[in-house]
Amino acid sequence: MSLNAKDKGLITGIWSKISSKAPELGAEALGRMLTVYPQTKTYFSHWADTSPGSAPVKKHGAVIMAAIGDAVTKMDDLVGGLSSLSELHAFKLRVDPANFKILAHNIHVTIAMYFPADFTAEVHLALDKFLQNLALALAERYR
Amino acid sequence: MVEWTDQERTLIANIFANLDYEDIVKPDVSCHHSLCLRCLIVYPWTQRYFGGFGNLYNADAIMNNPMISAHGVKILHGLDRAVKNMDDIKNAYATLSELHSEKLHVDPDNFRLLSDCLSIVIASKMGYDFTPDLQAAWQKFLTVVVFALGRQYH
Repeated sequence: MSLNAKDKGLITGIWSKISSKAPELGAEALGRMLTVYPQTKTYFSHWADTSPGSAPVKKHGAVIMAAIGDAVTKMDDLVGGLSSLSELHAFKLRVDPANFKILAHNIHVTIAMYFPADFTAEVHLALDKFLQNLALALAERYR
Repeated sequence: MVEWTDQERTLIANIFANLDYEDIVKPDVSCHHSLCLRCLIVYPWTQRYFGGFGNLYNADAIMNNPMISAHGVKILHGLDRAVKNMDDIKNAYATLSELHSEKLHVDPDNFRLLSDCLSIVIASKMGYDFTPDLQAAWQKFLTVVVFALGRQYH
């Protein structure tokens, strides 16, 4: 389900609206994912605290969201643009790709909470497609 | 049997107490909160089940389609059955599950899609009140409902 021009416009639009809050949104989405889908905590057994608002969650949420923001600038070639991140996830982190979908859902929930008026059905559609393509690019080097 | 903590029961009951079904499904021109609208637009293949509902050609058409909003209310009332039978949702949904399998022929994966959209619509309505703990209880509830709805498929 590749991105058309309308999708890309909507994605850059919503991202410019939310980018100033990106670290906070990332922390919120990650914290929610770890709380609502506890199986995802298995990847963070090295953290003392996986609760929403904790220091490692805040820090890592910001890292993830910054990477997604970077991916927005590479929308026309996600596979190429994310190849080193894909290698990291494939060979070092070995995160089961099913979890990308779970994080994507929590990103949608978070943006809907913080920006209800901007997160229209069309924006939701475009962002869902984008995150799906991002997940595919991230899983590119897995096998 | 699913075990619910007292806290989970309270959290879920609170969501329903504050949920206005007509409000959730009505097409809100400013923010497109409408549940059915969102599901039919974000996952357009779900439109396959609504061939008899008239014009679904674009977002505006779906938004102004009264059959769609009426159906959204019907679906939400279906959730009432789960809230009233939290300790045996599986059996409470047995006939509904058969209906969706044998008569409506709905792919059960669509239940998950709709439940994700419902979470997102509720999140946009509740804002910061939709805490992580509330989302967790709500997600558990929806997962049980979705499982029960798919239970009688064979």
